[in-house]
Amino acid sequence: MAKATRLSFGEELAELGATHPDVVVFDADLSKSTQSQLFAAKYPARFFEMGIQEHNMIGAAAGMALSGKKPFICSFSTFVVGRFEVIRMSVGYTEANVTVVGTHCGVAIGEDGYSQMALEDIALMRTLPNMTIIQPADDRETKAVVRFLADYDHPAFLRLTRQGLEDVHGDDYTFEFGKADVLKDGSDAVIFATGGVVKHALDAASDLQADGMNIRVVNIHTIAPLDIDYVVQAAKETGKVITIEDHSIVGGLGGAVAEVLGEHHPTRMKRIGMQSYGRSGTPAGLYEYYGLDKNGLKGQIKDFLHKS
Amino acid sequence: MDITLPALRRSAQEMRIDIIKMLHAAGSGHPGGSLSLIDLLTVIMTRYVKRTPDNVSDPDRNRFILSKGHGVPALYAVLAKLGVIGHDELLSLRTIDSRLQGHPHNASLPAVEASTGSLGQGLSIAQGMAMTAKLDSKEYKVYCVIGDGETQEGQIWEVLLSAPMHKLDNLIVVLDYNKGQIDGSTNDIVNLEPLAEKLISFNWHVQEIDGHDFEAIDQALQNTQNYGGKPHFIIAHTKKGKGVSFMEHPTEWHGKAPNDEQAAAAIKELEATLN
Repeated sequence: MAKATRLSFGEELAELGATHPDVVVFDADLSKSTQSQLFAAKYPARFFEMGIQEHNMIGAAAGMALSGKKPFICSFSTFVVGRFEVIRMSVGYTEANVTVVGTHCGVAIGEDGYSQMALEDIALMRTLPNMTIIQPADDRETKAVVRFLADYDHPAFLRLTRQGLEDVHGDDYTFEFGKADVLKDGSDAVIFATGGVVKHALDAASDLQADGMNIRVVNIHTIAPLDIDYVVQAAKETGKVITIEDHSIVGGLGGAVAEVLGEHHPTRMKRIGMQSYGRSGTPAGLYEYYGLDKNGLKGQIKDFLHKS
Repeated sequence: MDITLPALRRSAQEMRIDIIKMLHAAGSGHPGGSLSLIDLLTVIMTRYVKRTPDNVSDPDRNRFILSKGHGVPALYAVLAKLGVIGHDELLSLRTIDSRLQGHPHNASLPAVEASTGSLGQGLSIAQGMAMTAKLDSKEYKVYCVIGDGETQEGQIWEVLLSAPMHKLDNLIVVLDYNKGQIDGSTNDIVNLEPLAEKLISFNWHVQEIDGHDFEAIDQALQNTQNYGGKPHFIIAHTKKGKGVSFMEHPTEWHGKAPNDEQAAAAIKELEATLN
């Protein structure tokens, strides 16, 4: 069953409340959307409704982190990461143990349109030297990541979806922080995908297998610190690299992989993602429009493999 | 026993000399706002925060956040006076291996509590620390000095709205109201007035004092100690460059260091007050 990673997050955080008395949760008037409401209902004294004051939410959470708490601060990613300079100073440079939880990432939020879509948040957060960035791809992985972050002692950014995601992992999945997660083997090319589009990438690669293209699919849940060794190894083994993300291709996963390969092992690359502002539409309609659905991905992957 | 106010007044003059020496050695920095701040900081840190070398990392310590981070030479001077950092270390200000960064950096020097210098942010951090104390039923208080130019920042007004909602009577904000900012007079750029009326209507406990009158500073801080239910805001009227006659100007000495002659003249004038 498709499940939004924001819901998986909310459920797991509410579970962790019992075992992690230091965990506190902040929201900026979007708790029903971010699903921090699930924690709020169980632990009202440790939930802080800050109103529509994202700057102050970030700073107050930093103050609580500096006085011994483990804050998770929740909003739409574009609203919270959009207050980047406060994150930069009060969380990053201050080394405050705050997890920034940004939901409603990418064009897949649909009808609300560009103002609510985070398409640049990974790019911004990647510039902070001590910011860990994790984007899970399904329910199981999200819950494992939330458990990991509850015990993590550094600034972190957790990027979550509004839309439901199909499972890409089985019951035996173990989350390994900072490690590339190989979902499908292949030797003709490698796809690095992250977040909500991982399943689309996997489906596209499975279809292309039938056409004789043997494409590896790798889920990159930890965007920072990136698994540089694996990225370089996969580039060497396949010779062709594709990145897929519901985010700007500038500075996101595509940018991160390009930077690594440019320095360590220059390789032919195709970055698939957003290259414009978003717009309103149905989530499925927007993925088709921007070429991020299975068919759109297949076409772009085939073009790239035929040309290179 | 508390140090007497006359002794603190003298101590503040000595720290003014330290500030001049630090800025002269560094060749850059902010004398105007450091000199306007030092009297307030002396009383806050000595009598109320009660910072000592032994309680710097005590989880129950009172906190102090310098939200107007450019005034940090004054904070370093006080931390040296209290023995938290070495007096010799002051002259390392703004040099590459120094813990005394040009603006406060807690990861370099934990005693400054937070990294500030981008205006508007330190007060939110102070609010969060006060929220932790409330959540944990701790007695410690959080003191925060903000600037008047800084009070033009939207984030300050987020806290002005938010802190009374959380009934943070353990949060004491002191405004170093020196009326000057880089491009001119605060009143000409974005006027804060009528400030006390605004703050009272925002549900703060508001006091207005002369920020160079040690008795008034001490009394205002004393008045916050057992006044429950509301966060505290002390509007402290100060003079930019206070104590060095040629630096007492709203804008001239915001962000430049004294040269050799100016430093010598400033130190001579300040030393004369110690006799």
